[in-house]
Amino acid sequence: MTMKQIADWALDTANKRGATYADSRIVDDRHRALATKNGKVGQAASSESLGIGVRVLVDESWGFAASDSLAREAVDEAAARAVEIARASARVKEHPVRLAPEPAVTVEWSSPCKIDPFKTSISENLELLMKIDAELLSVPGVTLAESNLHFRRYEQWFHSSQGSAIHQTRYITGAGFASFSFQGAEIQKRSYPNSFGGQYQGKGYELVDELKLVENARRVGEQAVALHKAERCPEGRMSLVLDSSQLGLQIHESIGHPIELDRVLGMEANFAGTSFLTLEKLRTLRYGSDIVNVVADATEQHGPGLGTFAYDDEGVEAQCTPIITDGLFTGYISSRETAHSIGENRSNGTMRAEGWNRIPLIRMTNISILPSPKPLTFDQLIAGTDGGIFMQTNRSWSIDDKRYNFQFGCEIGWEIKGGKLGRMFKNPSYSGITTEFWNSMEAVCSRDQWTLWGTPNCGKGQPMQTMGTGHGAAPARFRNVKIGTAYKGN
Amino acid sequence: MLDQGKAQIIFDKLKKFVSVPEIEVIFSSTDYSLTRFANNTIHQNVSETNEIASIRVAWDGKTARATTNRFDDESLKRAVESAEGIARVEEPDPDRLPMAREGEGKQDGAVPSRWFENSAALTPADRAEAVGKIVSVAKKNRLVTAGIYSSSESAEAVVNSNGLSAFHRQTSAEVSITMLADDSSGWQKANSPDVGTLDPVRLAEVAAGKARKSRGPKELPPGKYSVILEPSAVLDLLGFMFWDFGGLAILDQRSFLNNRVGTQLFGENITIVDDVAHPLQSNAPFDGEGVRRRRVSLVEKGVVRRLVYARNTVERMRKSEAAPKVGEIEVTGHGFPLPNEMGEAPTNVVFITPGGEQTVEQMIAGTERGILITRLWYIREVDPYEKILTGMTRDGTFLIEGGKVKHGIRNFRFNQSVIDTLNNVEAMSEAARASGEEAFDMVVPAMKVRGFNFTEVTKF
Repeated sequence: MTMKQIADWALDTANKRGATYADSRIVDDRHRALATKNGKVGQAASSESLGIGVRVLVDESWGFAASDSLAREAVDEAAARAVEIARASARVKEHPVRLAPEPAVTVEWSSPCKIDPFKTSISENLELLMKIDAELLSVPGVTLAESNLHFRRYEQWFHSSQGSAIHQTRYITGAGFASFSFQGAEIQKRSYPNSFGGQYQGKGYELVDELKLVENARRVGEQAVALHKAERCPEGRMSLVLDSSQLGLQIHESIGHPIELDRVLGMEANFAGTSFLTLEKLRTLRYGSDIVNVVADATEQHGPGLGTFAYDDEGVEAQCTPIITDGLFTGYISSRETAHSIGENRSNGTMRAEGWNRIPLIRMTNISILPSPKPLTFDQLIAGTDGGIFMQTNRSWSIDDKRYNFQFGCEIGWEIKGGKLGRMFKNPSYSGITTEFWNSMEAVCSRDQWTLWGTPNCGKGQPMQTMGTGHGAAPARFRNVKIGTAYKGN
Repeated sequence: MLDQGKAQIIFDKLKKFVSVPEIEVIFSSTDYSLTRFANNTIHQNVSETNEIASIRVAWDGKTARATTNRFDDESLKRAVESAEGIARVEEPDPDRLPMAREGEGKQDGAVPSRWFENSAALTPADRAEAVGKIVSVAKKNRLVTAGIYSSSESAEAVVNSNGLSAFHRQTSAEVSITMLADDSSGWQKANSPDVGTLDPVRLAEVAAGKARKSRGPKELPPGKYSVILEPSAVLDLLGFMFWDFGGLAILDQRSFLNNRVGTQLFGENITIVDDVAHPLQSNAPFDGEGVRRRRVSLVEKGVVRRLVYARNTVERMRKSEAAPKVGEIEVTGHGFPLPNEMGEAPTNVVFITPGGEQTVEQMIAGTERGILITRLWYIREVDPYEKILTGMTRDGTFLIEGGKVKHGIRNFRFNQSVIDTLNNVEAMSEAARASGEEAFDMVVPAMKVRGFNFTEVTKF
């Protein structure tokens, strides 16, 4: 039985029962997760999940049903259930669903993958993690070492009643480590190459080789211990330089989420929240300073991000949408259902589902700040800074439900004085209001300093869905930022 | 839906495929439906059926897991081979115990049935009808509503080659409602295994009242205020600390309880237990290895008395330098499925209030100046040892003056130590089952807390 035949069962049943539109996604999702802690296996697991999700429109309302069985009876039942659910939806309807048109396509696509991670030796995977742990634990004062590898192969067959047949396979690889040091009344932590799991990209095992994990372990472990003796980050307003990973998360929280058109339209009001970016702000709001240029780019040309694909999960081709252009707010991320609300006649292709058992939602693709067109290295950025703080690697993140007020903590900070990096600071944090912050950006490094970071754990939706998003960023400087508020009053 | 007989049949088949001494299978089976509404319209409406077998093999200190939702022979064999393949290349861990045996771990008290016919039978039309009533409340109040109404039936089983077999089934229903005005909002949420105990219209009316009363919010300066935290806010704030109440967190030295077990860490009015059998609690009475959950007294009159333990952690703790400082060390049935990095945590937390409980209305009446908080949001850890958390207020934040709710205020950011919070509790309501977004459901009271540390104010 082919996937096309299985999809046809679902689409035919939906059609016969009255659906005016239907699509099905069959997904085969495979993972390998390995982690060590203090030189022992912490996690050693593989998983596979296969199933079908059927989404239908009946009476201009949505229904969705998913089944873990691809047997004819189960697929028919799922499609029939989706129709029954859609009819129930239509009982409470003030806003009928209208879909922006989209041409039917037949597509085969796989993400670039030089080394299939699932074909790498598990023994060598574990050996690598043990070596990292050993390096970290060789540093006196490191009290906990954690390392991890995560591989994913996500294969999807999308079919729609409008004639699209899209088969995509994406590989995702993630790797990283963290070192902890407990002394006195203080726990300090340093991670590499990023916190909360490390770096994730739409690549094969070649990513792990590129990260040079073992080579960086001792240095990072030493920093975790050294933080105990560092002064606490001062409080006040001053210039702030962020490393590219922290800037990536700043983009995620204060640009990526507010531009989601479903949030703007109130569809996420009960859980994820709404957005300050109300519709009248499109092409009128000065989101950032003149040098802030941000795109939502799902195309392969942007790089191997967690938001890179050929087609989104409702069959719309990957696109590059200007979000902020020379500081001006110029675009939302949208869907076929919401595109008309901003006067567009086509979705910009950002509907993504966690798996076969979830509906696609508007999700970030690769939301990236474009690097400076003029050469600017990190050293030059620091050399051009009279005074301030340089912060690296996220430790905590929080932002209000309209995405105005944020506060970030970082693992480590450094004083900048007279164009040079000086003393180490512990417990650095900064806070602000989204548009004020982006309007204070006065420099961003050039392409050679730019990294396409992966955020593998973005949560949204009810039931909750976890999605990987990409964020290209380079080190950047902001002026007059509020520093150190996280510890104020404590 | 999975039953114990079907689980045993699949387990017996898997036993034939395995080539190593020990095998454990966690089965889970779910029928889950959720009706979601926004802008007074049902805009998403979903349903899912899924069954999973998560297979763990173990021998000679090696263990690994493979999970599949395909139950044909070829897929089950592939999963077994995958788990064996991973474990085979591991270095043996001499501390790793054989799998649990039937009867290992005790249960204190009978767990009531958590399966209700009326919850299992809920249809899309039933949920739509309830959402229609919620929308009617919104329209009556000239508001716009968003939220969810979900229902589910689930079963889980743990079966292993040492003869252990544990099975649990339950239902669940949940309602969460946001009411939106132009510049304000209100929120309520509740869940229960028994849908008959939920009252969506009442929740809608309370949420609508909060949205109405907080219109035209005024800005107050940040600083330290007395606050009245409704149970959902207490839950989401304090939920973070319970990840540190596991034995492995102490061994890893990542817990804020390191060197603090046995000390008077909180106020004398704070007593907390973990009790899966509590009538307002939910979930299975066994842990990720199938070991029965015990009732554990975590905090007594402000003193941290005990931690929870998975089987493997007990052995490691008894041999560690921390052993004399952590109270009683015994298997409590709180382990996560193996192998894992987190060890264990209490997940059926119940606050035991000290008497003299007050309703939220009484707390307000006794407050000269303070802040009433409906809900907290986006809570993250700023400092792991002092347990300083940051986050925002949301969906109904009010100034209290002269014993009365005066008006809505713009939302605050807090940076607040959990330790300080539990040293500054001036009043509590009776504990109730509460549900939030940042922590698992608990039985918690509303709390009046002095000196709550707000550091910034946002624009709405």
